[in-house]
Amino acid sequence: MRDVAIISFAQTQHRRAVRELNEVEMLMPVLVDVVAKAGITKDRIDFVCSGSADYLAGMAFSFVMTLDGVGPWPPISESHVDMDGAWALYEAWVKMQMGDVDVALVYSYGKSSPGNLRRVLTRQLDPYYLAPMWPDPVSLAALQARAALDAGVVTETEMAEVVAASRRAALSNPSAQLRGEVEASSLLSEEYFVAPLRRHDCPPISDGAAAVILAADDVARQLCERPAWIRGIDHRIEPHSLGVRDLTRSVSTEQAATHAGVDKDKIDLAELHAPFSHQEVILRRALGLGDEVAVNPSGGALAANPIMAAGLIRLGEAATRITCGAADRAVAHATSGPCLQQNLVCVLEGE
Amino acid sequence: MPELILPARLQGIEQVRSFRAPARLDYQFTAGLATTRFLRAVAEKRLVGQRCPKCQKVYVPPRGACPTDGVPTEEEVELAHSGTVTTFCVVNVQFYGQVMELPYVSALILLDGSDIPIMHLIQEVPYDQVHMGMRVEAVWVPDDELGPTLESIKYFRPNGEPDADWETYKDNV
Ligand SMILES: [Zn+2]
Repeated sequence: MRDVAIISFAQTQHRRAVRELNEVEMLMPVLVDVVAKAGITKDRIDFVCSGSADYLAGMAFSFVMTLDGVGPWPPISESHVDMDGAWALYEAWVKMQMGDVDVALVYSYGKSSPGNLRRVLTRQLDPYYLAPMWPDPVSLAALQARAALDAGVVTETEMAEVVAASRRAALSNPSAQLRGEVEASSLLSEEYFVAPLRRHDCPPISDGAAAVILAADDVARQLCERPAWIRGIDHRIEPHSLGVRDLTRSVSTEQAATHAGVDKDKIDLAELHAPFSHQEVILRRALGLGDEVAVNPSGGALAANPIMAAGLIRLGEAATRITCGAADRAVAHATSGPCLQQNLVCVLEGE
Repeated sequence: MPELILPARLQGIEQVRSFRAPARLDYQFTAGLATTRFLRAVAEKRLVGQRCPKCQKVYVPPRGACPTDGVPTEEEVELAHSGTVTTFCVVNVQFYGQVMELPYVSALILLDGSDIPIMHLIQEVPYDQVHMGMRVEAVWVPDDELGPTLESIKYFRPNGEPDADWETYKDNV
């Protein structure tokens, strides 16, 4: 295996609606920032991989337009996944294992404001039995939360504590959309939104973008004082049909964690892509994280959830804390699909 | 399609071969800073592009970035209302939503002072006389009908100038 590290990370300040900018205008400052933080010029980049979904802005091939912000001349080696940027990072990591790429740019973005996100996301469901009924992601997450509550896997108090911790952590995250000092007890007195979920149990709708630079071996060591080395990375997916899954646990996360080697050593912090509060509890359990692990020091997806970028941001946030020396070993997680259908787990370490 | 073999208890039941699940999603288009400036100018009967600070190419309609260099384009450039047909097609086929009478000509027009052609209609000339290199000018809607849309230009028509030299538009074909 070739050693590959995250050496640079940048993101937008996520907002409910970035009305004045198109996608490439929203993304370009992030690309400039991530390249500058890596201390390189764009000609050092051997491979570019992006993640996005045209359904969000309702524009066919919008991901091709964002290549305007990359500057694909002379012709570049480039790829795209219709997935969260965490999976674009995975593709870049695989490509780097083949040995001909030393530096890769990975970016992703989601501009949900042009459409109705809760309707748009129904289009990812099975087209015969589910999509025709338009069940939105909040309702599906509520089914999962109900199953988890009934199974005793999570309590409403734990869910409120997850939200309070996220709001508090986000106070020190300038990119976050929701932050504040709130008590779990006062959150519990709020009305249900889609029972058993209250509004704060759900992620905000966000427009935003993120990017990382990956570098291999000695190139990473030259460019970065303390690279965040990818020591394990794996992703697994569960069946499309919600009815055949056990929604109270995350089997795909458990498997990905085993293959990524999460339990090989002590974990200092975890960045978990849990858009709904109860999912953080399910994920902690799936990853075997104890109380000593700092979870979501960025505030996580409850603080800002730009679809298609929120997973990559977890990898970037975890890497940043290793690069600055605040942590030695971190786990970053990304999810995709309804009710944690697909999960990616990455173990990052400093040297 | 191969014949399905059903268990005995399901035999005689009419099989579902297809069903319809209509889907509709509505979006609000975000033009962005650069294209907004272009559309606002069109409403004032002006055509503006943006110049790349690196390669000096002028893009219209501008999208805020040079697709070659990946840098923001900020310098605004006022463009002529005349240009050159770089390539064209004669539309002979009916399609859904069509408003034009057949046959008609859709063309790529390189506005003078720009480096990328825009698409528009060619009228006031028989369709079989439209050709590459033809010099054309914009015909605008009446001033009180101007708006932030390319429909503010009704079409382009020949402006009577001799054909443009191939060298002036060969990079845009
Ligand atoms: Zn340029």
